[in-house]
Amino acid sequence: MKSILFSLLLFAGFACMAQSDRYTEAMKKNLALFGTAKTTADYQSLANSFERIGDAEKTQWLPYYYAGLSLCTAGWNDPKLDRDANSARINALCDKAEIIEKNSEICGLRNMSATQQMMVDPQTRWQTYGQQASAALASGLKMDPENPRLYYLQAEGIMNTPEAFGGGKAKAKPIFEKAIELFKKQQPKPLYPNWGQERAEEELAKCQ
Amino acid sequence: MRLFYIVQIYYNQYIIKTLSLIALILIFQIAKAQTIVSGKIKDGKGHPVPGVSITIKNSFDGATSDSSGNFRFSASDTGHQVIRFSSIGYRALEQPILLQGKSIQLYLNLKEEPNEMKAVTITAGSFSAGDSKRGAVLSSLDVATTAGSNADITAALKTLPGAQQVGEQEGLFVRGGTSQETKQFIDGSLVANPYYTSVPDISTRGRFSPFLFKGTVFSTGGYSALYGQALSSVVLLESIDLPEKSEVDASISPIVAGVGTQQLARDKKSSWGVSYNYVNVGLYFGLVKQTPDYFRLPQFHSGDANFRIKTKNGGMIKYYTTFNYNQLGLRRPDVDSAYLKNAFDLGNHNWYNNLSWREILNNGWKMNLSSSYSTNLDDIHQQLQGPDNKPRIYPASLFWMYNKNFVLKNREDLAQTKAVFEKKLGGLSALRFGGEYWYDNNHFIYQDTSRSLKDNMYAAFAETDIYLTNELAAKIGLRYEYSSLIKKPDLAPRISLAYKTGKDAQISAAYGIFYQKADNQQLFYTSNLGFTQATHYIINYQKMTKDQIFRVEAYYKKYKDLIKTIPINYYYFNYNNNGSADARGIEFFWRDKKTFKNFDYWISYSYLDTKRDYLNYPGTIVPNFASKNTVSLVMKRFITDWKTGFNLTYTYASGRPYYDFMINSSGKYYTADQGYTKDYNSLNFSMEYVPSIGKKNPKTFVVLFASMSNVLGYNAVYGYNYSFNGQEKQAIEPPAQRFYFIGCFLSWGVDRTQDAINNNL
Repeated sequence: MKSILFSLLLFAGFACMAQSDRYTEAMKKNLALFGTAKTTADYQSLANSFERIGDAEKTQWLPYYYAGLSLCTAGWNDPKLDRDANSARINALCDKAEIIEKNSEICGLRNMSATQQMMVDPQTRWQTYGQQASAALASGLKMDPENPRLYYLQAEGIMNTPEAFGGGKAKAKPIFEKAIELFKKQQPKPLYPNWGQERAEEELAKCQ
Repeated sequence: MRLFYIVQIYYNQYIIKTLSLIALILIFQIAKAQTIVSGKIKDGKGHPVPGVSITIKNSFDGATSDSSGNFRFSASDTGHQVIRFSSIGYRALEQPILLQGKSIQLYLNLKEEPNEMKAVTITAGSFSAGDSKRGAVLSSLDVATTAGSNADITAALKTLPGAQQVGEQEGLFVRGGTSQETKQFIDGSLVANPYYTSVPDISTRGRFSPFLFKGTVFSTGGYSALYGQALSSVVLLESIDLPEKSEVDASISPIVAGVGTQQLARDKKSSWGVSYNYVNVGLYFGLVKQTPDYFRLPQFHSGDANFRIKTKNGGMIKYYTTFNYNQLGLRRPDVDSAYLKNAFDLGNHNWYNNLSWREILNNGWKMNLSSSYSTNLDDIHQQLQGPDNKPRIYPASLFWMYNKNFVLKNREDLAQTKAVFEKKLGGLSALRFGGEYWYDNNHFIYQDTSRSLKDNMYAAFAETDIYLTNELAAKIGLRYEYSSLIKKPDLAPRISLAYKTGKDAQISAAYGIFYQKADNQQLFYTSNLGFTQATHYIINYQKMTKDQIFRVEAYYKKYKDLIKTIPINYYYFNYNNNGSADARGIEFFWRDKKTFKNFDYWISYSYLDTKRDYLNYPGTIVPNFASKNTVSLVMKRFITDWKTGFNLTYTYASGRPYYDFMINSSGKYYTADQGYTKDYNSLNFSMEYVPSIGKKNPKTFVVLFASMSNVLGYNAVYGYNYSFNGQEKQAIEPPAQRFYFIGCFLSWGVDRTQDAINNNL
């Protein structure tokens, strides 16, 4: 009897491994699509695809993270997109991800989501969405002070703030440098986010 | 190795069972054929819906519909599954699906979700202002940075279409209505004395700062059944809930000094605040000459306090109180005599309290309770003085001179309570109903005559928002009122409709009947006066995007039962309800924040055609507060590099009629003289310098503000005062040609962002 139980467990384990292979495969396939997606429709479709994985897996935060990241990319690229609706979806994805695990990467996503909403009307929105963006960044840095993407986002925010408001290239430069230094050190686990280094280097070049 | 060994043993001992188990898995694998699922998704109107996420629940399989609503994917699961369709703005749809390798085609319709952002709103007659409202036209910052407003809400609202440029009297004169026909409400409660007490021929400011409020709705007609006792217009002010952070504020200027604090609790669930302001224009009047001779310098003391508590279910309890004392005395030449002067002296106490409780109840119910109490005491001394500033007394036979010496004490107490219940009816539709009770006690002593007035007013109202679709909405309401003083009820129906004609564009229409009691000054003489009445018909077109608003509105307003003055003799009157009036007009509004970078401007134009027969008017004539054409151009430019904003407002109003009404030998009013004033022009300028802007966690937040009214020095004439015999007329002009202000506003904030982060970790 004991052995039957054990055998069932063994099979279950095997099935699980198959399941997680399927997960890895699906994630890899979708991550590859990040490179080919161009239009907002592409990114939304990709986000839907990631969300499906997340909903089916129930224990993985990464699919939700990438679903949000995909929508975020659409937000940066498409000036005509309804940013409030897009960010509402990103935030909902962050909420789903955080039920599984709270981490600094999700904070980075929240930072981008709030930044995009602020940019709709910076003068009247910086007090609300600007605050949200910097609060998300601060709590992310508290969870992981070595996350290069957070420094990259911070530097990007500073670079795009007028000098009169405490921003500018000069102030952004050392933070980009810090981000790149951390990017070089990072050894992300498989499927974990590792974007940003190239972009940070391009931006740093603009600060020279 | 060990594992293999164990497995081996297992295989040996239970081989048959295991084989059957493996067979089972194999069968399962074979059955796991791919099923092609495809189809097309449309909305209720048959238009394709792109971007819908299609999912076989609990699997990775699914697709997103393309621009023609088509989708296609292969599903690897088999058997009875659930397929889900979801998209922002639509109700998600789930249905069972049997996957067994045969391709499946699905054609279905998604229902639009009622969406507050997308749905049509009723805009006829009303301008929403404030950050919290969608369709915001003016925010509180906009009010403060509108040149010429000097942070007075009413002055900023005057740059919107519908309001007249009346400079000699406070209040909003809307669409051919008097200023008494516009009422202000804070969190649902009527404000009895929204302005500082009137001074003859000078317009006073509002008592409330724009920064107390998160939202302002300026309705120029056709407003909701929740509000009554205003024939023309309501200004609905919604106070802010909780401040964003704790801070200490101070303001310094040659005219005003103030300190205050707002304290937000650590858990961000409650706050309290107090502030005190003192205004003394002594120094200013020394520098900038005023036409009247101020023998008692205007001084204002005002203090306020508040607390706000967030309840467990997300409701709010708010209390606000403010106490004001002000005094002033001024002398002007008397119109009936070349050497006499009129001295006017005023002392005013005002105490205002407002307590409100907004709560979310179960099952889609909401509750809004509010109550307020205010008491206002005016102490006015009017005296005729000689060149030596000593009093001159005339015998009663020369009553037009004799009556220029008087003492008037007027105390008005208003207590009210209001309850509104709201039930969501699915989607955005809602039912609202409730009631209110006003207790008004007015005691008035003129010379040695004392009069009292007490009124108990009851009102009940119900209204419903019906969203037939996201494109078509209606608001239907009914209001009942009863006044114990005049012993008369009224019943006021209100209907408005809105239809969305395209993306961002809509047409609204409104109809309503509005009632208002006669003023207390008239009711003191006779309570035998019925409600005055106005009927509004409004049609409005609005196109609004994020950065641009265009609206055009046409209206017709019919008044009846307005108050008429019946002269009994030269100095005693009676009143009746025989007056009438009508007003029609068209108004345009255009605001644009987009075309020019960092430049925000708006243009309002109002055309007004109105005639009125009320009070002492001898017939139906154009009232003396009505300009045919009014234009405002407001411009704001913020230069980020300088951290400085520059604001300009230009206002034009065509000349208004003025009259001298006299009583003829048969005891009837007639027009002894009349004319039109010259056109009114004014260019106002203001600027603000905000050095702390953008600084990370600045310890001190500084705003320097400067303003100048009537930069180009136009000589405004608001009308004329006539001597008793009609031989002399005196132009009504502002007390000084220009008004200057300079001030520094400081705040020291305790930033609780760090606390917020800690709490959320």
